[in-house]
Amino acid sequence: MYGGGYIPEEEKRKQQHMEEDPAKLAEFEARIDNGEKIEPHDWMPAEYRKQLIRMIEQHAHSEIIGSLPEGTWITRAPSFKRKMALIAKVQDEIGHGQLLYNAAETLGKSREQMMQDLLTGKSKYSNVFNYPAKTWADVAVIGFLIDAAAIVNQVANSKGSYGPYSRALERICYEESFHLKQGHDAFVALATGTESQRAMLQDAVNRWYRPIIHFFGPSDKDSVHTGKLMRWKVKMMTNDAMRNQFLSSYVPKVWELGLSFPDPKLHKDDNGEWHFSDPNWDEFYQVIKGNGPCNAERLAVRSWVETQHKWIREALFNPNAKYTLPLS
Amino acid sequence: MDSLDPRIARLHDIRAGEVPTVGAHDYGETYEVFHQAKRGKHHAHVGTVHAPDPELALVYAKEQYGRRQQTVNMWVVRTADIFAFPYDDSDMFDSTPQKIHREAAGYKTRDKIEAYKKKQAQ
Repeated sequence: MYGGGYIPEEEKRKQQHMEEDPAKLAEFEARIDNGEKIEPHDWMPAEYRKQLIRMIEQHAHSEIIGSLPEGTWITRAPSFKRKMALIAKVQDEIGHGQLLYNAAETLGKSREQMMQDLLTGKSKYSNVFNYPAKTWADVAVIGFLIDAAAIVNQVANSKGSYGPYSRALERICYEESFHLKQGHDAFVALATGTESQRAMLQDAVNRWYRPIIHFFGPSDKDSVHTGKLMRWKVKMMTNDAMRNQFLSSYVPKVWELGLSFPDPKLHKDDNGEWHFSDPNWDEFYQVIKGNGPCNAERLAVRSWVETQHKWIREALFNPNAKYTLPLS
Repeated sequence: MDSLDPRIARLHDIRAGEVPTVGAHDYGETYEVFHQAKRGKHHAHVGTVHAPDPELALVYAKEQYGRRQQTVNMWVVRTADIFAFPYDDSDMFDSTPQKIHREAAGYKTRDKIEAYKKKQAQ
C-alpha cells in the first residue's frame, strides 16, 4: 500500500534550476519517448535522480509504517481466517518496503541513510498512516479503500521510466491484488452483518473519508513541476486524475452496500468528473509537518525497533563489509 | 490506555524524541538473488537483499523472493562479485543481429534445388 509521492510547496521553491548537458538530456529524453527503461548506471538528470529517490523512499517508508496500524490488530482479529490473512498481508507490506528500499538504493542513497531520515522526520511517508485504526472496521476500511487507492497509484507508476522501480512495482501490484480482495471481503462481511457491525463500519468510513480524499495530494494539474516529472515518466498521472479514477471505481462499491460518505457534495458529473467538499488541505499540511494524531507514536515504535535490534546487527556485523551500489 | 498499539501501551522504554543513530553499514552488504521456479528452468535474477553473510542472505532471500512464488532453488552472490559491461558500451552488440551468416534464415537452397531438378528433367 502507498500514498502519492507528494512534494511540498516549499521544497519546490528550494529546488534550483539545474543545468544539464543538452546533448545528454536530449538522448535521455529520446530514450524515454522511445519507451525504454532507465537503468541505475545510466546517465540521468540530477533532478530525475533526486525526485525518484524522494518518491521511492517515501513509498518504502509508507509500506513499513503502514503495516503498524494493521499489525496492532493481528492479536485482535475476529477469526482465525482473518488473522491468517492479516499476518500474510502485513508480511507482504514489509516485503514491499524491502523491495522499494532496494530500488531507491540503486540511485545512490544508502538504506541506512533512508532509515535515519525517516526516524528524524526528514523523510516523509503517506499521511494516511498517521490516523489511528480504532476498531476492526478500520482494518476493513484500510484493507479495502486505502489499498485500492494505493493500487491506482502503483499500477500507474509501474509503467514509469525507471527500471528498478517499475520491476519492484510489478511484483508489488501482483501481491496487492490479494490485499484488496481480502479487504473487500472483510468490508462486505461487516456491511452485510448485524446492525451494530454496519454501524461500526459506517463510523469507520466516516472517519476515513477525509484522509482518503487527501490520499492523492492536492491538485497539481497546473504545476510546471508536474509537467516535467510526467515528461520524464517519473509521475504517470496527476493527483486529480488518480483521485478521480479511484472515486469512479470505489465510491459505487460503497454505495451499493447502503453505506454513505459524510459529504453531501460527493457526486460524479456528466463528464465523469467527481466533485467533493473542500477537504481542508490545511489539515493535510499539518499532518505532513508531524502534527497528525499518530505521527509521534509511529516514529516512536520504529525507533524502538531500531534500538532493540541494534545488538543483533552488531553481533553479525562484518567489519570488512564495503558498500556496493546494486546493479539493477 | 495511551495508545491502540500494544507496543506503546505495554512497553515503558519507548520515549518520544529519542532518535537512534543508524550507522553507515549497519544493514550489511547487498547480495543479488537468483530464483529458480522449476527444475529444468534457468535461475533468474529477481532483486537484492542486505545481509551480513551469504548464509543469512539465503534466509532473507527465501523470505523475500520465495514467500509468494513457486520456488525450487535460489542462489545468492555478493553484489561486489558481479562483473558487468557498462550500458554505455552496448553499441558493441549492435552488429549482432546483422550477422545473417549465423542464422538458419541466411541459407536458402530451395531455388537451387528446383533449378537443378528442372535441368535434369530436360
